[in-house]
Formats: sequence, structure tokens, C-alpha cells
Amino acid sequence: MSELRFDGVTVRYGTGRHAHVAVDDVDLVVPPGQVVGLVGESGSGKSTLARAAVGLVAPAAGRIVLDGKPVPRRGRRPLQMVFQDPYASLDPRMTAGESIAEAIPRGGDVRRASRRDEAARLTGLVGLPAGTVDKFPAELSGGQRQRIALARALAGRPDVIIADEITSALDVSTQGAVLNLVRDLQRELSLSMLFISHNLAVVRYVADHVAVMYQGRIVERGPAERVLLNPEQPYTRRLLAAVPRPGTRIGPVADTGADATDDEDAGLRLRGTVT
Amino acid sequence: MPRSYPPGGRPPVPPARPARGGRKRFLRRALRSPLGISSGILLALILLLAVFAPILWSAKASAIDVVNLLQGPSARHWLGTNDLGQDVFYRILVATRLSVGLALAATAIGVGSGLVLGTAPLIVGRRAGRAITSVINVAVAFPALLLALFFAVIFGIGAEGALLAIGLASAPAFARLVRTLSASVSGLDYIAAARIAGVSRLRLLTRHVLPNIGEPLIVNATIAAGDALLSFAGLSFLGLGVQAPSYDWGQLLNDGLQGIYTRPAAAVAPGVAVVLAGLAFNLFGEALAVGLGVSSPRIGRLRSALAASAARANATTDPGTSSRTEAADCVLRVSNLEVSFPGGVHPVRGVSFTLKRGEAVGVVGESGSGKSLTALAVSRLLEDPADVSAGRLELLGRDLLGREPRGSAGVMSGREMRRFLGTKAGLVFQDPMTSFNPVKRVGAQLAEVATEHHGLTRRQAGERAVDRLRAVRIPRPEHRARQFPHELSGGMRQRAMIGMAVMGEPALVIADEPTTALDVTVQRQVLRLLKSIQAGADGSGAMALLFISHDITVVGQVCDRVLVMYAGKIVENLPTADLADHARHPYTRALLAAVPSMETSRELPLAVIPGRPADPADLPAGCAFAARCAFADAKCHQADPGLVPDDAGREVACWHVDRVLAGDPAAAASVAPTADPESANRASVSGEPA
Repeated sequence: MSELRFDGVTVRYGTGRHAHVAVDDVDLVVPPGQVVGLVGESGSGKSTLARAAVGLVAPAAGRIVLDGKPVPRRGRRPLQMVFQDPYASLDPRMTAGESIAEAIPRGGDVRRASRRDEAARLTGLVGLPAGTVDKFPAELSGGQRQRIALARALAGRPDVIIADEITSALDVSTQGAVLNLVRDLQRELSLSMLFISHNLAVVRYVADHVAVMYQGRIVERGPAERVLLNPEQPYTRRLLAAVPRPGTRIGPVADTGADATDDEDAGLRLRGTVT
Repeated sequence: MPRSYPPGGRPPVPPARPARGGRKRFLRRALRSPLGISSGILLALILLLAVFAPILWSAKASAIDVVNLLQGPSARHWLGTNDLGQDVFYRILVATRLSVGLALAATAIGVGSGLVLGTAPLIVGRRAGRAITSVINVAVAFPALLLALFFAVIFGIGAEGALLAIGLASAPAFARLVRTLSASVSGLDYIAAARIAGVSRLRLLTRHVLPNIGEPLIVNATIAAGDALLSFAGLSFLGLGVQAPSYDWGQLLNDGLQGIYTRPAAAVAPGVAVVLAGLAFNLFGEALAVGLGVSSPRIGRLRSALAASAARANATTDPGTSSRTEAADCVLRVSNLEVSFPGGVHPVRGVSFTLKRGEAVGVVGESGSGKSLTALAVSRLLEDPADVSAGRLELLGRDLLGREPRGSAGVMSGREMRRFLGTKAGLVFQDPMTSFNPVKRVGAQLAEVATEHHGLTRRQAGERAVDRLRAVRIPRPEHRARQFPHELSGGMRQRAMIGMAVMGEPALVIADEPTTALDVTVQRQVLRLLKSIQAGADGSGAMALLFISHDITVVGQVCDRVLVMYAGKIVENLPTADLADHARHPYTRALLAAVPSMETSRELPLAVIPGRPADPADLPAGCAFAARCAFADAKCHQADPGLVPDDAGREVACWHVDRVLAGDPAAAASVAPTADPESANRASVSGEPA
């Protein structure tokens, strides 16, 4: 059980006048053994924060600290990540077992056979049959690939797992199974988890605490039930109001023209990989 | 996104990769085509010659026949002799080894140095990498022949010099290719995952990057070998390559050229040899490329441009009543629509529905349900190899399949059909970034609809475009119309897309996942806009809306009626108001239960639908959902239920509706909530869930 702490983290893309600040002075704590949900829309910086945590991008300012020690940016990281796109997160030329085994830390006593066994054990842990270790990703469905990606993340013996929109690319019928799995594993292994999603219903189901990001800053944080039922900040309220609820209807827009202004005002841009 | 690698590190050594399963399969596939077989045989012949010809015929090739100097073709010397009386034919055969060997060696040098240069930026870090890339880019700008001559001067005349010259001259192009390929691969998530797992940069390169870019490199290498052969022949011909007494084809060409008018064979034959060998390499490369890539389009990714041709006449016609007697406010009538692809793939199997004026109908399904293909088929956007057929496909009473007229209007030509569809139907696609042309201004793209379909002048079309942009509530529309798509935010682009759909006065708007790529706040605005447009608040009259989505909640908010699709068929047709409590099909109920909402209990596991979605290439005989259904029995596995209407106009395709309504809707009871539902065994015939 470990605590992950972001202290005044700022991440900038580009330099000079055209630099874009993706994450702006963010303080966030993931308490040991708990799940923190990070919600926000595109451009909020939540994925950038995740990539900074695993060392894929260097913060321009601030520190990312795990149990008091700064997170290394080379070699094996004690944080592991599960990515959004199940079709791009596994090497198409390696079998599932090899992908998992690659993430197992290389100690002196760990031999190849035992790493294969460990990969098989992890495959079973994520609810897949034993034969899956020899399959290539092309033979697996999206949900199965996400499970393999999860097994690979667990293979690294992480202290913290970062889940970046892991169910956004999955069908509704497989999403539930993967979320059940994530929740069970997190409780069983007492993992600290940073769960990123734009889907508020999913975050509510999985997370203990929630932080809401908007344009690189955290605008609200707190226990999940409190934030998602009784939000204090206007942005959070607007987000919650926009979540489609079964049984409600959407009618034609009122003639005030307010919607278009909102859109521009929010300044939201659909960027490719940066969210 | 830039990746920062700290500078330093060892230079990589590109290793020979052992062929993996995928590689061997690709080779076998390549060799099976006629192109592969013929070029393979030719190449094998040439390689055999290269190896064995000097052993067999070297003596004959160098035997001096003083009597027959500079002779033309004869019985004794098939291609004549040179000025030393040596047999040209055997010299050509023996020269194969040197020519082909040098070509292969030059290719190896080029490919090797190209690999090193191209992959170096991944190893050495960002700044050094950028410097190397710049060097490559500059080197690529020089013509290869110029570089070859330059190096030939440096390295000196002769075979070795020419080898280095040609090898290094082909390196920049290769390095560029490697750099581009490896850059595209290194942006993928699995590379990031490997980095997070602590894999070293060298291993990252050799284990992850190189195998995934291997195939295009192999193909380019074979083609480069052909080019190297030609370049060598050229250099030797110019006297800069192989020097006497060694001889390769270029040298023989040089020799024979002097007597080309009296003894053409001595000059033409080496040329033919060069051409044949070059062809063999190039064609083999082409065959490998065929083995690499061009497969039939995959269903989920099929999106084609506006169809130009009218549909083929179709065998099954609907025996129903003539369209003239149908209600005048029926906008779209689809009866028994089928879409199939070669290879027995049937993504849409008999879809029937109607849309009335002002009605909003939603089509819900997951991947593989056929909902998007249905929309594309209705808008006549599917081309070969897709085969679209229907008992009836009528928009505003006009037949869209180009068959014999049943109504008064007559068959439409391709052009008339395009114009009809362009004016009467509007389409909104999912991803506004790829639906707009990134290099044309937004206003111009909207105006194109009007100039193409409505016969407006460019100025009128431009004004109409601005007016439509205003109608979709884009502020400062004149300014936005002059901007490019990337300058608009995602929500604004989607609004512009809706504006494009209503450039005419369409009676029908088809929206295919219009808000899936949008943030939830923007989604709400865009949905409200769609409803306004549909209601005709702009004075264009109430339109029908066909709304396709995987999100049943959104469909419930926007539409009056819902069609639930599974495995290419509609399994339920019900009013939205009945969704929450009166859904009858097991799949609809399972789908509703599986979607987490803000009220879902946090204590219980989420509902799961066991099994996998049906594969359109491999559909079972009975009900496609039977394998995943808790209520299925033998009858369900054998016979496919049709859509059965009830008095209220709702339809459902299920044999056991009464059982469903009475029984327990939790179909996932027997599958552990965390196990992979797709790996569970298929339900047995007796109907027990796995």
C-alpha cells in the first residue's frame, strides 16, 4: 500500500510563447489502498497528469512522490499504467504471455520458466483461461486485451496503478466485467489506483475519492459520494447536469443562443492523444 | 507528443530477426499468387545461376578463340564473340555472380546503414536525434546517382569503390523510410507500456520497433536490390564500376556497345540480362507487398465516399402494395434490407422499418450489430464490394435502388439519385475531424453541397452556408466560415457538420454516432441543437431523424422510438417511453441493465452479458442471441424468430417473450462477475447458460 502525491505539478508542451500548459500547478493525493477518480473533459489535462506520473513526460515544475520518494523516470517504475486503446496497447508481434512476462521485474533468481508461470498465474487472475498466454492480440477481443493489459500492469508489481480511460473503447456488455474485475483486484491486492475517465457513472462506481479537472487545474475534490451528489463548484455542477440520465428527455434548445456561447467559452478543443 | 530520451547510450546494432509466425505466413501468402510464383521462380533461377554459373562455365567464358574474333551469333557462339574471341553468351552467364552479388552487397550496405541512421534517433535522445534526422533529410534531397558518382570519385574507380558508392547513395532514402516507420510505431501505447515496464531502449528497438516495421522494409529492400543492379550496370557502363579483367553485365554492355550496329547481340544481350534480373527482384518485392497488405475491407472500418453508381437490380422484390397508396407523410420506407460482403459475411440481414415525417427513431446496437452499415446502405454510400439489396428502399416515395418503377416517378439516373439524396437527406457523421477536408475552409465545404446539388452560384451558396452556420448557433458565422476545420473546437465542428446536413431542406437527417466523440457537456448542446433542427424551429419544416448510437441512454433522450439491433437484425422496436419498464427482448433488457448510471448500486457487481457479440462471418442457424440468452432453449438455437408486431405497434423478435416477462432478468447469474464472459463456453443446446 503506497501513497502517491502530486505536489504543484505543472506540465508544459512546447516552449516559449506558444507553450501550452496542460497541467497547471496540481496538488493531488492518492491515499494508500484507495481509488481516486479523475474526471474531466478533453483538454483538462488528466491524461497528461497520468503520463507525468509514470514518467513518460517530464513535469516543468513540481514533484511526483511515491511514499516520500520521487518517482524514477528510468528503468522499471513502481507505477504501472493501463491504456485506453486496447488495440494499440499490446505489441501485435508478441503473444499475450510474452507481453506480460516482459513486465515482470528481472531479478537474479527469476528464470524464464518461472516467468512463464507467473504470466500464466496473472492471466488466471484477470479471469482469462490458461490458453490465452499463447494467443496473439489479433485473436483476442477488446475486453480480453484490456484484461491482458491489466495483467501486464500487475506483473510489474506496482504500488500504484493508473487506469487511463480503460473502458471507454469497450462495448457496454464487456465494460461491466472489466470494471468488476478492476474493483475486485484493487480490493484484494490493496492497490492504490488513479482511475481516469470522462464517464461520471463509471467513476462513481469505482472510486472512493473524486477530483475534477478543468483546463489543467483541479477545480473540486472530495469523497466520491459528496462530489457527485452535492457538487459545490459550478463546473462540476454543469458536468453532472450534462450526464445523460435514463428516463429524461432532451428537447429543442431555447432561443437564447446561450449554448453556443458556452461552447466557445469553455474553449474545449478535441485534441488527438492529449486529454 | 514529444518523448524525451536522455542523451547518450550505445549505438544500436540492427540484428537479424528470426521469422515469427506472422512473418512466415506473410511469405507463404505472397508466394501463392501468380505474381509471386513467377517472380519467385525467376529469382531462384537467377540466384542459382549466380552460384553455379562460374563453377560450370568459367573456363568456357574465358576461353580465347583466336579464329573467331568479333563474330556475330553463330552455331558455335550463340551470341557471338568479343574482341578477344571469348564467347559472349557464357560471359553473360558467368557475369551473373558478380552483378547480382554486387547488387545484393550494395543493398545490404544501403539497408544496413539506413537502419542504423534511421533508428539512431530512438536511442540517442531528442536533440541528437533531431540532428541526425536533419542530416538524413538533407541527404535525401540529393539525387542518388549524383551521390553515387560523388562517392565513386572519393572511393576510387573499381568494383569496391562502386559498391560503397551505390550502397551509401541508397542509404538516405532507406534511413528516411526507417525513421518514418519507427516514429509512427514509437508513438503507440505498447511502446509506452514497455518503457514503463523498464525495458531498455535497445531492447525496445529490437524487440518492439523493428519487428513491427519489418514487412515494409523487406519489400523496399527487394525493390532496392533491383535498383542497385541497374545502378551498378550504369556505373560499369560508364567505366567507373567493375574494371577489366573482371566483368559484370555493365562492363559487357560497355564492350558490346562499340559494335552495336554490326553485332547487336553482344550489346543487347547483357541489357536483357540486366532487365530480367531487375524485373525478378522488383516483381518479387511486389509479390511480397501483395502478401503484406491489401486485404478486403473490414466491416467495422468501412466508410466510403459518396457513391456514384446506381444500385444493381435486385432479385427479391417486396410483394407489398404500391407505394402510391402509402401514407403521404412516410419519409423513409425500408423493407428487408440486406448488406453482404464477399466471403459469406452478412452484417445486415433483413432490416425493415419506416420513418414518418417529424419522427425521431433511434437505432441502438453494439459493434457488429450492423447499425452503421444500415445507415450507410440507406444513404446509398456503400460501394463495391458491399452488396446492398432490399425488398424496398424508398425515400419520399422514390425508389433508391434504381429498379423498375412502381410509383409514378420513374427510375432515377445516377446523377438524379445523387441530387435527390443530396437535397432530401442530410448526413451527420461521427468524427467531425475526419469528415471534414482539413485543407478546405469550412464555409467552402458547406457551399459545395449547394453548388453541387442545388444549382446555386458560388456566391449564393456561400451566403447560404453562412446562414446555415448561424442556424446551428455558431457565433460569428462569417468569420468561422473562412476558417479551417482544425481551428474549430470539436463541438463546433459537429455543429458545422449538422449545418452541412441541412444545407438543403432535407426531409430526413441520418446521424451516425454524432456525439460519441464529444465531451458530455458539448454532447448535450449538440443533441439539443439536433432536436431544434429536427423540430424545424428555423422554419424549414419538421424533419425525420434517424439517430444511430451505441448509447441507449442518449437514444432514449433524443428519440421517440427505438430499434434495437443485434447481429444484423432488428430484435425489438418500441417507443422510448417503454424502454425503462416494458422492454421485452432479452438483449434489450440485458443492455439496459449493463449500463452503469448515477444510481447504480455500488455494492453489487455490474451486470454482465455473457458470451461474445455475434461474428457476422459466422452466424448460427437460430436466434443469434441464443448463445448468450438465459431464456434460450432448443427451439431458439434452431429457428430464428421474426419480428412480431403487437396491437400497440411494438415489435419483438423472440420465441419466449412471456418467459422473459415472467422470469428473472438477471441473465448473468451463472457467470462469475469478474470472469471474462467471452471465454466462457457457448451455451449448450439444452439452453443452459454457460
